[in-house]
Amino acid sequence: MKTTNIMIVGVGGQGSLLASKLLGHLFVKKGYDVKVSEVHGMSQRGGSVVTYVRYGEKVYSPVVSEGEADYIVSFEKLEAARHAPMLKKDGKIIVNTQEISPMPVIIGAAEYPTDILEELKSKGVYVDGLDALSLALEAGSAKATNIVLMGRLAGYFEFTKEEWLTAIEEVVAPKFVEMNKKAFMLGYGQ
Amino acid sequence: MKELIIGNKAVARGLYEGGVQVISSYPGTPSTEITEFAALYNDIHCEWAPNEKVAMEVAFGASLRGVRSACAMKHVGLNVAADPLFTMSYTGVNGGLVVCVADDPAMHSSQNEQDSRHYAIAAKVPMLEPADSAEALAFAKSAFDLSEQFDTPVLFRMCTRIAHCQGLAEIGQREEHPAKPYEKNPAKYIMMPGNAKKRHPIVEERTAKLTEYAESCPFNKVEWGKDGKLGIITAGTCYQYVKEVFGDDVSVLKLGMINPLPVKLLKDFASKVERLVVIEELDPIIESHCKNVGLEVEGKSLFSMIGEFSQQTVAKALLGSTPETVSADSPVPVRPPVMCAGCPHRGIYYTLAKNKLTVLGDIGCYTLGATPPLNALDSTLCMGASISGIHGFNKAGGAESEGKTVCVIGDSTFMHSGITGLVNVSYNASNSTVIILDNSITGMTGHQQNPTTGYNIKGDPAAKVDLESLCRAVGINRVRVVDPYDLKACDKAVKEELAANEPSVIISRRPCMLLKYVKAKAPLQVDADKCRSCKSCMRLGCPALSMKGGKAVIDTTQCVGCGVCAQLCAFDAIKEG
Repeated sequence: MKTTNIMIVGVGGQGSLLASKLLGHLFVKKGYDVKVSEVHGMSQRGGSVVTYVRYGEKVYSPVVSEGEADYIVSFEKLEAARHAPMLKKDGKIIVNTQEISPMPVIIGAAEYPTDILEELKSKGVYVDGLDALSLALEAGSAKATNIVLMGRLAGYFEFTKEEWLTAIEEVVAPKFVEMNKKAFMLGYGQ
Repeated sequence: MKELIIGNKAVARGLYEGGVQVISSYPGTPSTEITEFAALYNDIHCEWAPNEKVAMEVAFGASLRGVRSACAMKHVGLNVAADPLFTMSYTGVNGGLVVCVADDPAMHSSQNEQDSRHYAIAAKVPMLEPADSAEALAFAKSAFDLSEQFDTPVLFRMCTRIAHCQGLAEIGQREEHPAKPYEKNPAKYIMMPGNAKKRHPIVEERTAKLTEYAESCPFNKVEWGKDGKLGIITAGTCYQYVKEVFGDDVSVLKLGMINPLPVKLLKDFASKVERLVVIEELDPIIESHCKNVGLEVEGKSLFSMIGEFSQQTVAKALLGSTPETVSADSPVPVRPPVMCAGCPHRGIYYTLAKNKLTVLGDIGCYTLGATPPLNALDSTLCMGASISGIHGFNKAGGAESEGKTVCVIGDSTFMHSGITGLVNVSYNASNSTVIILDNSITGMTGHQQNPTTGYNIKGDPAAKVDLESLCRAVGINRVRVVDPYDLKACDKAVKEELAANEPSVIISRRPCMLLKYVKAKAPLQVDADKCRSCKSCMRLGCPALSMKGGKAVIDTTQCVGCGVCAQLCAFDAIKEG
């Protein structure tokens, strides 16, 4: 079996850790070899952050290289564009349409590109955009944006909805389980 | 039972299973979690030391007393601890001693890209290097046996991609190793010249024995490929990239012990392949060794000494393949790390930038004050260099530089290496102005306690260093505390201390906004009718502030209501929401 490559990208502090924990937990439970690679430290302070999640029969490398990602789950629009070169030819981008301006844009040294997702689509890239922040707020907290996106990602996988929900119960702190399950379902589309 | 754990947790587990009883460390990315996870085991003593040298000497003391001990640090931390390391090579150990050191190729969170394998060679001690979490656990556990068998400290090399990568590892049982008896042994443990001269030959003999051991040790292994033509010698994370590209097609000699390196094993491997390539990140350590023993090998002629590799690096160099990619045509602005909204460092940096001061900086989150729009720093070198540096700067520049130069250093960094610099400022009488950025935590590495916070690694109450008293005790008469959220107070303090004709310390004190006990205030809002688009507030470089449609706007998901921007608004446009 071929290794599946998932990238979770966003802005430091957006909470990609829980998303990768959920994926890692589910894939191990399904009997796969798994590697999850993060970078800690300085880049977490509002910088561009990347987590690689890889699963398959035997996974060697901890990282995903250019042109290899089956899925890019982006917590922010600009970050989806930044990491587009990582995408495999028939890979898919799942993106929260929220905009967070990086410092060069804030201080007027650069511009936040308009219609960047449309531009990617025009180049044949599969882009699945959703307002995950609003759905997360509907579920109860902006912090559940990550799980809304996991819900949307889940639609592309063969695992059952129940398997995902059970994994959420197993990795999320008990008092946040219900909110996160709701967030997952909003992303999943039900 | 197998668990999905990051490499650093695997090292902690391996040390624990190997019977470690004392671990002392200083936090540093990417090594920090080794000690954090080890601290969760209640049957061992774990601590944050003020710096890596102290940590290593604590581990030495514990080993001397007869228990298995360890310390962990980032690559540059080993520079600080190099002094005890080089002589511990001579004394050897009583209880096994493992020194974990984590390199950071590509400098994800570091000030240089040094290759710590040089230390193993220079200090003449063995070094192990795992390639995933499973090996990290197994190698850490057996490192103690290696240490005791050869009477030597063992260096344990990690790198970012092993340290912070989760992989499956087999969780085993802890082996109890009761303390060995302590017996006074001056010839072995008192390294004065007469004794050290007798220990040096023992070190050389040990290296010879370790080299022999390396020929057939369980850490090194050969995997013969289907195709006998290409042979690759590699170690650590590079092994994974090689396997990712070639699977079982090529022959691989994977080195788990990277100092000392074998000779016969390499020659035997080389004799059975047509083309020999060494793949290693950073410096050509393995390659140089191969060439020294007369092997014809390719290495840095194909691979860079800079940055980290991936499977793509290997595929490109050896197969010439490049992937097909798609990218946006519109420029994608970079997203550098920034100080958080509500960061207490911002107010003081704004003050320094506004007064156009020269600022010698240090290592921590506050290094981000160097970035636009604040551009508030002039130098960043290493832990503690701000205070030592300003003394030299002012001795060279005299009164002219004394009046417009300050240095900044965090609370944890001050404990690490700043205090000795301040002693020097006082003792050698430079009229320097030192600013301690006291955010009451070790921030950049992810909130570790330190001697100024009043808590230990387990979160239990601990003795708390009183910074004001400490500064006064070393001879600084002018010590004052300022709240960095109060811009007027910051400006007054900085101007007065620069004008004073003696050294002074300003403690800019407010806890990190990310600490759980710090409660955010309601986000502020901009009254668009009052905003005159002067952009004064934008000079702070706060990620919660931006200009939209010519007016300042505040991102309410980020703003924590610190109120610093409101102090800059001459038109009273920024208000509580």
